[in-house]
Amino acid sequence: MALSLEEVRRIAGLARLRLSPEEERRFAEQLSAILDHVRQLEELDVSAVEPMTHALAAGEIPAPRPDERRPGLSPQEALAAAPAREGTCFKVPRIIE
Amino acid sequence: MSAAAELTGLSLREAGAGVAARALSSRDLVEAALARIAATDGEVGAFLEVGAERARAAAALADQRAARGELRSELDGVPIAVKDLFATKGVPTTAGSRILEGWKPPYDATVVERLEAAGAVIVGKLNMDEFAMGSSNENSAYKPCRNPWDLSRTPGGSSGGSAASVAARQVHGTLGTDTGGSIRLPASFCGVVGLKPTYGRVSRYGVVAFASSLDQVGPLARTVEDAALLLGRIAGHDPRDMTSSPRPVDDYLARLEEGAAGLKIGVPREWFQGGVDAGVERSVRAALATYEKLGAKLVEISLPHTKYGIAAYYLIAPAEASSNLARYDGVRFGLRCEAKGLKEMYAETRERGFGAEPKRRIMLGTYALSAGYYDAYYLRAQKVRTLVRRDFDAAFERCDVVAGPVAPTVAFPLGEKTQDPLQMYLADVFTITCNLAALPGLSVPCGLEAASGLPVGLQLVGRSFDEATLLRAARALEREVGALPAPGLGEGA
Repeated sequence: MALSLEEVRRIAGLARLRLSPEEERRFAEQLSAILDHVRQLEELDVSAVEPMTHALAAGEIPAPRPDERRPGLSPQEALAAAPAREGTCFKVPRIIE
Repeated sequence: MSAAAELTGLSLREAGAGVAARALSSRDLVEAALARIAATDGEVGAFLEVGAERARAAAALADQRAARGELRSELDGVPIAVKDLFATKGVPTTAGSRILEGWKPPYDATVVERLEAAGAVIVGKLNMDEFAMGSSNENSAYKPCRNPWDLSRTPGGSSGGSAASVAARQVHGTLGTDTGGSIRLPASFCGVVGLKPTYGRVSRYGVVAFASSLDQVGPLARTVEDAALLLGRIAGHDPRDMTSSPRPVDDYLARLEEGAAGLKIGVPREWFQGGVDAGVERSVRAALATYEKLGAKLVEISLPHTKYGIAAYYLIAPAEASSNLARYDGVRFGLRCEAKGLKEMYAETRERGFGAEPKRRIMLGTYALSAGYYDAYYLRAQKVRTLVRRDFDAAFERCDVVAGPVAPTVAFPLGEKTQDPLQMYLADVFTITCNLAALPGLSVPCGLEAASGLPVGLQLVGRSFDEATLLRAARALEREVGALPAPGLGEGA
C-alpha cells in the first residue's frame, strides 16, 4: 500500500515532526513497505480473539499502590534540566499573541 | 598474559570472590578494566561515557568494606557497566540520542540503585541504538559500536555496547534492555550470555521508555552463573513500577548445576523454516544433540504464529513509542530548538533531536493509532499478540523450555541493512515472539560457526517467571560447549 506524501505530512503534523522534503519522500517509501509487511496480519481470523491489553496474565497484574503522599523531587531538582525556566515554572514560547 | 589481562579475563563470580578473599582489590580490578577500555574501546566503541573518577572512588569504598569484612554481596567491588538507557543520578544519560545529549537525571534507575547497593562499581554507560530502536547498534546518534570478534561487523542491537563490552573483557558484566531481542541478539552475535527476564520481573523505573508493554531489563555476562548472579540482584518488586511483579524472587543459583537430564526441550519447527543460515542451523542442531546426550528429551512443537510476530510487533512497539517519545518536547529536559511559537518549537526540537529510526517509528505508531486505522492495525495486532501467547501456552504443556536459534545469521557486516529498515527488523524474527508473549528468554553461546569463526547463540524461552529453569538448561550446555576463546582484540595492549 503506497502512503502518499500528503498522508506522510499529515502524520508528521500529528506527531509534531517537521520533516524535510527528502525525509518525506524516504518515509513515504519505507513506511509503505513496512505497512505492506504488516498487512499479512489480515490473513488471520481474529474475530473471536480478545486483544492482549496487559503483558501480564490477569492473575499476575499487581494491585495498584495506595494513593498516598510520598516524597518526590523538589521543584529545584525537577527544574534543574529544563532548557528554560522562570522562578519555579518551566518557560515555554508564547502561545497566545 | 599480563597481570591486568588476567584480571579482566576473570568472570564476575571469580572477581567478586577474589575481593571477598582479599586476594584481589577492587582498585586493581577497576584499574584493569579502565586500562582495558582505554586500550580497546577506540576500536570497539562500546562506551558512550566512562566515569573513571567515580569508579575509583567506589572501588576505594569497596576495598574499605573488604578490609572491615563488611562486603555487601558477591558483586562488591566488581567493575560492571550499564546501557545508556538507565538513569544515573548526576551522570549523563543519553539513550543514544541527541535529544538527551548532556541530560543529567535527578534520580537513579532502580536497577542502578540495586547494583550499587550490592557494591558493584559502575564504570560507565554503554553505546546503544537510539532509544533502543535497532538490531545493529548503527542507530546510535554518537558513534558506531563494533563486534569484538570482527570489527567490520555489527555487535547486534540495541544493547550492542552491553554485549561488546563483556565480550571484549572490558567489564565483568553489564545490563541491557530487550524489547524485541535487544539483549539476546547482541549476546548471540558477541558470544556472551544474555537474559531477558519475564515481563514484570525486573523494575523498569528509571529506564528510558521505548515500548512499555514489551521493555524488560536483563543481564549480559560471560558465564551463565554471572548472569544468574546479576539477575538475582536486580529482580524483584519495585513499588515505583506499576508493572513490577510482587512474586518472590527465586534463588537462581540453587538449581544451576542440576543438568539437563529429564528436561523436555521443545523444538519449534517454525524456527528452522526458511532463511536460517546453514552454519547457524548446524550449531543449533549440535546444541540440541548435546542436550539429548545429557538426558534431555527433545519434543517437536509448533508455534504457528511465529511468522506474524514481526508484523504485530511493528504496530504495537511503534504505537507505544510514539506515545512515550511525546515527552521530548523541549520543555522539561533535553534539547530545545527555539522557534517563534510553541508548535514550531516542538517540531524544530524533535526534527533536530531525533534520528531517522525514532522518527520512522513515531510516524508508524502515530499512523497506526490515528483515527480510522486503530482497529485495523493496533487492535488487530493486540489480538495477534494473544495468539502468539497461546502458541507458547500450548507448547509449555508439552515441554519445559523452547529452544532454537536466536537469529537466522551470525553477526552481519556494518552497513548491510541500514538502507532497508524492513530487512533490519527481520533480524528479530525469532526473538520477538518471546517479548510479545512476555516470557523469559536467553541466549547462550553454542559454539563458533565453522565458516566464519563467529559466535552462534542458542535461544531458550521459558515459562512465565521460570528464569531458574532457563539458566539451569543454559548452564548444562555451557558446561559441554566450554568457554569460547576470547576474541582476538587489542592483543599486546
